[in-house]
Amino acid sequence: MNHRRTFIRQTAAAASALAFPLVGGAQPKAVKVGILHPVTGALAFSGQQCREGAMMAIEDINKAGIKSMGGAKLEVLLGDAQSTPQAGTAEVEKMNEAGVSAIVGAYASAICLATTQAAAKYNLPHVVDIGVADQIVTRGLKNTFRFGPGYAVCAQVAVNNLHVLNTVAGKPAKTVMIIHEESLFGTGTANLLARELPGFGFEVKEVVKHANPTRDFNNIVLRMKSINPDIVIPANYYNEYALLVRTMQQQKVVPKAIYSVLGGAASSYKFLKEFPDAANGIIDCNHWFNPKDKRAAELRKRVEAKGLFFTYEIFNTYTAVRLLADAIERAKSADRAAITAALAGSTFSDHFMPYGPTKFVDGQNTGAQPLMTQVLKGDIKVIVPRDYREVDPVFPLK
Amino acid sequence: MLEFSILFPSILGGLTTGAVYALIALGLTLIYGVLHIINFAHGAALMVALYAVYLLKSHFGIDPYLALPIVVPGMFALGYALQRGVINRASHGKDENILLVTLGISIVLENLALMAFKSDTRTIETAYTLSTVQIGPAFIALPKLVAFGGALVASTLLLLIVHRTDLGRAIRAVAKEKQGARLMGIDVDHVYAMSFGIGLGCLGAAACFLLPAYYVNPQVGSGFVLVAFTIVVLGGMGSFAGALLGGLLIGVVESLCGLFLGESLGQIGIFAIFIAVLLFRPQGLFGARA
Repeated sequence: MNHRRTFIRQTAAAASALAFPLVGGAQPKAVKVGILHPVTGALAFSGQQCREGAMMAIEDINKAGIKSMGGAKLEVLLGDAQSTPQAGTAEVEKMNEAGVSAIVGAYASAICLATTQAAAKYNLPHVVDIGVADQIVTRGLKNTFRFGPGYAVCAQVAVNNLHVLNTVAGKPAKTVMIIHEESLFGTGTANLLARELPGFGFEVKEVVKHANPTRDFNNIVLRMKSINPDIVIPANYYNEYALLVRTMQQQKVVPKAIYSVLGGAASSYKFLKEFPDAANGIIDCNHWFNPKDKRAAELRKRVEAKGLFFTYEIFNTYTAVRLLADAIERAKSADRAAITAALAGSTFSDHFMPYGPTKFVDGQNTGAQPLMTQVLKGDIKVIVPRDYREVDPVFPLK
Repeated sequence: MLEFSILFPSILGGLTTGAVYALIALGLTLIYGVLHIINFAHGAALMVALYAVYLLKSHFGIDPYLALPIVVPGMFALGYALQRGVINRASHGKDENILLVTLGISIVLENLALMAFKSDTRTIETAYTLSTVQIGPAFIALPKLVAFGGALVASTLLLLIVHRTDLGRAIRAVAKEKQGARLMGIDVDHVYAMSFGIGLGCLGAAACFLLPAYYVNPQVGSGFVLVAFTIVVLGGMGSFAGALLGGLLIGVVESLCGLFLGESLGQIGIFAIFIAVLLFRPQGLFGARA
């Protein structure tokens, strides 16, 4: 009798726990994840876009939770790096105190350099969503993982393809002017380009840097007018990129090509919508999704339904958070060391980026690559490599 | 690099920036000339005016140029109230106190802005933001041209007020001899507050002309206040004509330095001039000899 009663009581308890999973501690403990971006300050637009991408990924992941942990949800701690490395570091300290299992962030190279270092002190895994400077992954930090390509790869791809385009067109372009923002990302990219381009027969006439924010590009464009380069290469963030190209339009400076390397606005649906004339013909070597993958198109629809633009910040950070969730899934634990090990051995393939097989070497995904896009007929289309090509490139523009 | 077609647009661009600098410096020199206050809050007050223009545009859709009759009186009232209510009371007539009080006001204003607007850089878009006007080989942005004209008109108005009206005569009398002015029946406290108000009113006008081609964030004023101090020293402390010409000159120097030395180093020329003036002509271009 007793046994039977106990049995009934236990069965009832188990059944109710199944029916009402919130009751009685049946819900697995959530895994805390830090999402850190410069959502205020000079980089606010990009930082907010990154945060949106991250939150959409979290929303998707939390539909089923982490299956290997009984459907545990990801609990988000949001951080604001205020567009400075110092504020980014302070946020890492706070997130560590709060006991996060991993951090995804922090958009700008200079900020990522600081936040990955700060997180390394606590063996806290840090997935870098954009941060293209290669110093981020070459310092031997065991906690740092970058899924996307670094600026050395991007510069290399850009220069090689510029050479190909130029050769096919009968070498109309000989001179180049590089305009870059003054922090780690712009300066590093510009240095790489200035070193590589002469080897392909291009003369780098001038390398100009500018601050963030810059509200007047007239002097730089006047210099451009006087030098009259065949190709203008900008490497900067959205606001300055947009203003530079618009000032060129105002001052009626039309080079043979605007050929961006990680251009902040070059392959941006926002820029295209706001200034279709200024954007027309611009080529960019940048983060881009696989145009033939349906999942990218679906996410784009969801993003646009929210009234947002489907920019690289959104899909890169979305993918970075998915990469982390995949690692937690395989680590079967919220333990930092276990997640770090799972990231290091990751073969993450459930994504829509045009990358080769995922393999991390010293924290860098060796499968990552940028795509080349061009703004043609009011849309952004992939021109290189051939596997992803949507339209043939137009070069030179005039 | 030295072709006319490059230099001319750069100089023209410098003149348009310089006119706005001049307007900001006129406010500063008026406050210094009369009240002998070195107003450290000048940059912060400009920031407040820029936010006012920004909010009027973003919330009520009021064009920055049409906002002039709202922002200028608003800034005048703020200046009048600040001088009578805070600076005058807190300073107890000592110059070193005034210095600290205005510095304090600037810190408070900047942090209030940081609280209200975060450190984001904000801009406004108008239909004419990207319009250009061709002058010879130069394409000058329309907002800059308007700013140039507007700043010159505002400066002329200020000079007329100071030289032709009773208030102007009172201001000049107080500036020369405070005690004597009081004995002649001039309300010195009122004149002080009026001068401070007019000084800030100039900033209101500058903000309306500036924002269509510029941006606003809580730290925006600090860049201008250093330039404005340089102009005041260059033109001669308290000299209105000096501030006007000094502003235009500094604008051109900045633009040319930006052209030749690169955008990040554009302001080097300004501070080289600042040091040179202090060394060789400390009374400034138009200042009276001490």
